[in-house]
Amino acid sequence: MNQYLLSIYQPDGPAPAPEVLEPILRDLQALNEEMQAAGVWVFAAGLHPPETATVLKASGGDVLITDGPFTEGKEHLGGFTVIQVEDLDAALHWATRLAEVLRNLSVEVRPFQS
Amino acid sequence: MTADLAAIFRAEHGRAVAVLTRVFGDLEIAEDAVQDAFATALEKWPVSGVPPSPAGWIITTARNRAIDRLRREAARTGKHAEAALLHAETEPVEEGAVHDDRLRLIFTCCHPALALNVRVALTLRMLGGLSTAEIAHAFLVPEPTMAQRLVRAKAKIRAAGIPYRVPYEADLPERVRGVLAVVYLIFNEGYAASSGDTLVRDELAAEAIRLGRLLVDLMPDEPEAAGLLALMLLQQSRRPARVAPDGTLIRLRDQDRTLWDRGLIDEGHTLVRRCLRRNQPGPYQLQAAINAVHADAATAEATDWPQILQLYDHLLALDPTPVVALNRAVAVSEVEGPAAALALVDALNLDSYYLFHAIRADLLTQLDRSADARAAYESALGLTSNEAEQDFLRTRMR
Repeated sequence: MNQYLLSIYQPDGPAPAPEVLEPILRDLQALNEEMQAAGVWVFAAGLHPPETATVLKASGGDVLITDGPFTEGKEHLGGFTVIQVEDLDAALHWATRLAEVLRNLSVEVRPFQS
Repeated sequence: MTADLAAIFRAEHGRAVAVLTRVFGDLEIAEDAVQDAFATALEKWPVSGVPPSPAGWIITTARNRAIDRLRREAARTGKHAEAALLHAETEPVEEGAVHDDRLRLIFTCCHPALALNVRVALTLRMLGGLSTAEIAHAFLVPEPTMAQRLVRAKAKIRAAGIPYRVPYEADLPERVRGVLAVVYLIFNEGYAASSGDTLVRDELAAEAIRLGRLLVDLMPDEPEAAGLLALMLLQQSRRPARVAPDGTLIRLRDQDRTLWDRGLIDEGHTLVRRCLRRNQPGPYQLQAAINAVHADAATAEATDWPQILQLYDHLLALDPTPVVALNRAVAVSEVEGPAAALALVDALNLDSYYLFHAIRADLLTQLDRSADARAAYESALGLTSNEAEQDFLRTRMR
């Protein structure tokens, strides 16, 4: 069994209107339940926007704390799901389902080091 | 002897790597082991003679070599080598009765999670048995770059858990299409190369046909595999007539048809007829059928264009892309005349494709619009880096 991180990337800017967002969240909830029923779900979470992030870096005994995300881009990590499955084909199957639920957002699949 | 050995190695590389990947659960270990076995064969066979079953000898030797090596590594570094050894204990060396291991290897090498150029390189390396240097040369890439591409690919296969098996039923049609596309890409790189030297190109086309035959053997129920093989054979049959002694390209209608390879045509025809009987048409089968109609015509004038147009109609319905529409327009010009074809061509959004301009230029010439034709040829010239194609366009402009 391998674990995979499915990262969801979404464009910066305000969240979509409730009437757009609500059905997506409902589908996402249903997919999470389906993953749990299939025994592949390990963990999932949505994140607050990147403006709420704080970055720390330790060097030479000091820890530098900065406000804001580590990288500025046009897209940011909006949330993630961790699954445990047989191989990449199985991971891609669930990632496809996730991408379908999320419409236009990109989903990145990365293997955990075992 | 050495030339014979090289031929045996090329022929047996795919099978040996495929069996050992299953045995050890790891592509890289399998590849290294097969290299070791080939090196041993190179020392021993010239003295002892080629064994009755070269493939069996190579697989057994490679397995033993790999186990020795993994035991040393397991003692030193641990986990990965140990896992491979454990895997080898439970896996028989014999090939399964139902599945040739090479089929799994093909699906691993052509996995959609790998970049297309990586799929091509892996397929040629693992199944074709080409060396890294040969592949680098064929694709005009420095050898270290190609070597690194292969190393990264194997690392991704291992780390990301790209499986070594035939895909899920639900994914199968898509994945088979992906495999066929990789093989056809190798063929086209050889047949209508965008640049580079002819000898290497011939070898790529031949390798693609060899892979095509393998796919037909491994997937006898897949009509598109047969369609692809037929298409490649029929295109390849025209190769001797396609290039003039001075290296310029000769159009189908101007080719000396007595130079066409009848053996390849007959084989292609047989496959096309078998596809027709099966009646599950797909894009490769239809393209093969179109090429078969050309092959049937003793002269360019004798070509059954209405039948070709009908096949293109069918193809466009299955594969509604601008490139197919462009090729169909050529058939339309033969059946209905250049004006009808030009109207179709002008509606296509293919401005960056050199053949779009070349075909337009040809139609404009037929319509006596020489200034427009000249401009179209200029556009085509700016879009191809292949010298033979450039020479051809320059001749047409005169």
